[in-house]
Amino acid sequence: MRDLQQVWVYLSASPLLHLTMTLVAYQFSSFVYRRGRLSPLLNPVLLSLVLIVVILSATGTTYDTYFDGAQFVHFLLGPATVALAIPLFRQLDRVRRSAVAVIASIAVGSVAASFSAVAIAWLLDGSRQTLVSLAPKSVTAPVAMGIAEQLGGLPSLTAVLVISTGILGAIAGPYVLNFLGIKDQAARGLAMGTASHGIGTARAMQVSEVAGAFAGLAMGLNALATAVLLPLIWKIFW
Amino acid sequence: MLFYLTLIFCCQLIGELLIAASGLPVPGPVVGMALLFIGLLARGSIPDDLGAVADTLLTHLSLLFVPAGVGVMLHARLIGSELVPISVSLVASTILTIAVTGISMAWLGRRSVPKQDNNHRGES
Repeated sequence: MRDLQQVWVYLSASPLLHLTMTLVAYQFSSFVYRRGRLSPLLNPVLLSLVLIVVILSATGTTYDTYFDGAQFVHFLLGPATVALAIPLFRQLDRVRRSAVAVIASIAVGSVAASFSAVAIAWLLDGSRQTLVSLAPKSVTAPVAMGIAEQLGGLPSLTAVLVISTGILGAIAGPYVLNFLGIKDQAARGLAMGTASHGIGTARAMQVSEVAGAFAGLAMGLNALATAVLLPLIWKIFW
Repeated sequence: MLFYLTLIFCCQLIGELLIAASGLPVPGPVVGMALLFIGLLARGSIPDDLGAVADTLLTHLSLLFVPAGVGVMLHARLIGSELVPISVSLVASTILTIAVTGISMAWLGRRSVPKQDNNHRGES
C-alpha cells in the first residue's frame, strides 16, 4: 500500500479532487441552508467559499490548482445565464405590463449602485484604483471586469468585489426589503438582481419564480445600462 | 434534453461571436439569453424539455459562483490594506441600491399596474 503522501500528490494533480471538493462543499452548505429554512444569513455561496478557502489554505493549495478542477463548474455560468430567458418568458405578461417601471427602476438602481460605492470609498480615503474597481460592483462579473479595465481599475479585484456584493445583497436584501415593507415579488426580485446580479438572482429564484424572473431581467439590463452609462459619467467627473 | 442543452450552448456561442464581431460591452451569455428569449417569443411557448433543462441549470445557480468567489484568496492582502473604504462602501452601497430599486419598482409598479394578480402583494 502506498503511503498517504503519495496518494495526496496523485489526487491533487487531478482536476477531479477540486471539482469534487467544490460539489461536496456546496452540498453541505445547501444542506445547512435548507435546515436553516433558507435563512439569508446561511447563504450557500458564502458557506461554500469559507469551507473551500479554509481547506485550500490548510493544504497550501494555490488558486490556479484549485481552478483547474473547479473550472468545469465555473463554465456552466454561461449556459445558466442563457437559460434565464425561460423564467423571463414565463413572466412575459407581468414584465410587459410594468415595462416602464422596470426600466426606470433599473436605471435609478444602476446609478445609485455606482455613485454611492465610489462616493463612500472616496470619503473614506480609498485609493483611485480601488474607486475604479468598485464602480461596476453591482454588475455581473464579466461585464464589470470589462468596465473596470476600460476605466483603469484592476479587473481581478473587481471580480472579487462583484462576488462580495452579490453575497452581501443576497444576505442583506431580504431584510432590507422586509424592513421597507416591500412585499411585491416583482419589486423584490428587481432590487436583488440590480444590486447583486447573479447571486441575488439565485437567491430570488430560490424564494419565488416571479422574483427570480425579474431578478434575471434586472441583472441583464443593469449590465447593459452600466456598461453604457458608467464610462460616460466617469469621463465627466474625472 | 440533450437537444435543448445543445440549443442553449448554441445561443451562447452565437452571443459570443456577435460580441467579438461588434465590440459591444455586454457579455456573450447575456446576448445568448436575449437570442433565446427572441426565439421563445417567435415560437410563443416553452418546449417542456427546454423548461426542464433550464430549471436544472437554474436550481443550482448559486453553486456556479463558488469557483470565481474562491478567487478572494488572491486579493486578500490588497483588500486588507483598504479594508475600511472597501467594506463600508460595499455594505452601504449594496443596501442603498436594494432599497432605492425596490422602492422605485414598488411605487412605479403599483401605479402602472392597477389590477394586480400577485397574491404576495400586501397593503404596504
